[in-house]
This record gives sequence, C-alpha cells and structure tokens, in this order.
Amino acid sequence: MFHIYCPHCCEHREEEEFHVKGQAHIARPVDPEALSDEEWGNYLYFRKNPRGLHHELWVHNAGCRKFFNVTRDTVTYEIKEVYKVGEQPSVVSPADKV
Amino acid sequence: MSETNSAVAIMNQVPGSDADVRGESPLHHVGLADITDQSNGDAGVVFSEAGLLGHLTLRCEPSSPLIAVAQTILGIALPLTPLTSVEQGDLVVRWIAPDEWLISLPNDQVFDLETRFRAEMNGHHSLVNGSGGMTVYKLRGRHVVDMLKKSTPVDLHDSEFPVGKVVSTVFAKSGAVIRRTGESEFELVVRRSFADYIWLWIQDASQEYGLAVAS
Ligand SMILES: [Zn+2]
Repeated sequence: MFHIYCPHCCEHREEEEFHVKGQAHIARPVDPEALSDEEWGNYLYFRKNPRGLHHELWVHNAGCRKFFNVTRDTVTYEIKEVYKVGEQPSVVSPADKV
Repeated sequence: MSETNSAVAIMNQVPGSDADVRGESPLHHVGLADITDQSNGDAGVVFSEAGLLGHLTLRCEPSSPLIAVAQTILGIALPLTPLTSVEQGDLVVRWIAPDEWLISLPNDQVFDLETRFRAEMNGHHSLVNGSGGMTVYKLRGRHVVDMLKKSTPVDLHDSEFPVGKVVSTVFAKSGAVIRRTGESEFELVVRRSFADYIWLWIQDASQEYGLAVAS
C-alpha cells in the first residue's frame, strides 16, 4: 500500500484515492503526419519497463482529481519524489535522462 | 426561465411556492422524520440529512482576477489554501481542488447567486448547479470519529483534521466530501445515487455505538 503525497492537496493520502496512468513525460509528436509507422507505433504503444527508477503519471481521482508525476523505484516500490505536471524530475537514473 | 440577457441559459430549478410540486431529498423514501428519536441520549452517533440544499461548483484559475469578483458576489473570501473551507451564515464554500470550489447555500438563494455570477463574472470560469445531484449528511456524537474510521482511510485525528478542514476522499465503496464542523461533528456531501447506500453503511457502522436520527 502506497502512502502518496498529492502536490495539490499538499498532504499524504492512501493509494486507494489514486490511479496510476502509466509512463510520464510522453510528448505528443508535433507533426504526426511526418512520422514513420515505426515512430508512430513507438509513440502510441511502446513504454519503458525499467528495473529501478520510473517516472509515472498519477491522478488523485478520489480527491482533487488533478494529475501529477511520481518518481518510483520499481524494485523497492519506494517513491523518490512527487512533482507537478510541467516540471522535471530531480531524481533520475544516470542511464535514463528524460 | 430567467430574464437574464446572458447567452447561456440558466433557469430557476426550484419550483415556486404556488407550484404543485413536492421536493424530495435523496433519502425521502427512508422517512427520517418518522424514525427521529430525540430520546436516545446514549447514542454514540447522531445522524441527520440536510436535503434539498443548493450546491454550485465553481471552477476558476486561482490566479485569475475573477477570484476577487467571486469573493465580492459571495461576500466571503474563497478558501485558496488546500483542504480548507469558509462558512458565513447559511453559506459554505469548500476547497475541492486548486481551481475548484463547492458552494452550498439554501435552495431558494441559488438562482439569485447564479444570476449574479452570470452577470458579473466576465471571463474564463465555470459555475454549474449540481443541487439535484447531491445531498448532505450531518453526523455528530462521541463515537462519530470511530464510525468514520471504518468508512474512510483519511486521518481523522484532531492534529491532522481540525475543524473547518475539508477532504474529498473514498467513503465505504463510494466517495464523499468530508468536512469537520465541530470537535465531534462532521458533514458529508454525497452523490444522490449513493445516498441510500451510504445511509445503509452508516447504520451498519454505527450499530455498536448506537445510532439516533435527529431532525
Ligand atoms: Zn489531491
């Protein structure tokens, strides 16, 4: 069970108030028409599945209903940091700069 | 229908006193008035429904100059600090999100307030009348915190949940907006479609403490 800090409510809440929405920082291509099928397929379907630090999008769906980002260690489940959409993570693995 | 010149129609959802329409709260079928028990002084939890209130959801950027306009219309400052509420007379304003507030007031004052918002708020905002979609449960008693602890994962300790704090959270298998209105007094805003379920849940969760229904 996670105890997650919501950066909008400014306090910790139980995991059951939240939903995870997958990998964070996926930018929509500016000009989709210019992409190859492979590039478009990668954008739509292919996601990271790291053993270690992962940047994820979460939503406080039972609370303020706002989206925010979480940096989590997929091995220990430890939440390293929480930051708002539009901000960049400060905890990043050396092999995985976002 | 309203006489307003606004391009967006708003209408008075409350029938006039001359209309042959009976307002029924979401717990109307329970007949709370018939099971009101003033004699049960030992009850650990005391329940009452504040049905048929007016509820307006205001959305507006907290940095917008419209916030000041809204405050002028409401006559009180919007709570900008997360998880806080303000109350003045019959009017309650709850922080729901950084750009969202839930305003509650007597039903017969809603149309006037909506009309003023429509006339005076010139800019990007939204005001939605959700009065028919929710109801308010008032809970008090020396075991009210014990009952709520069975129902929601939120920390209800005095140090974490002072009077005036408001949270949107999960309640039983549903959700509620919970506000502490006194040391042993809470208020739940619940969805109309879950009103009966939550009422049944509260009866069950209160059983070991004794439950009384107040008018
Ligand atoms: Zn939140």
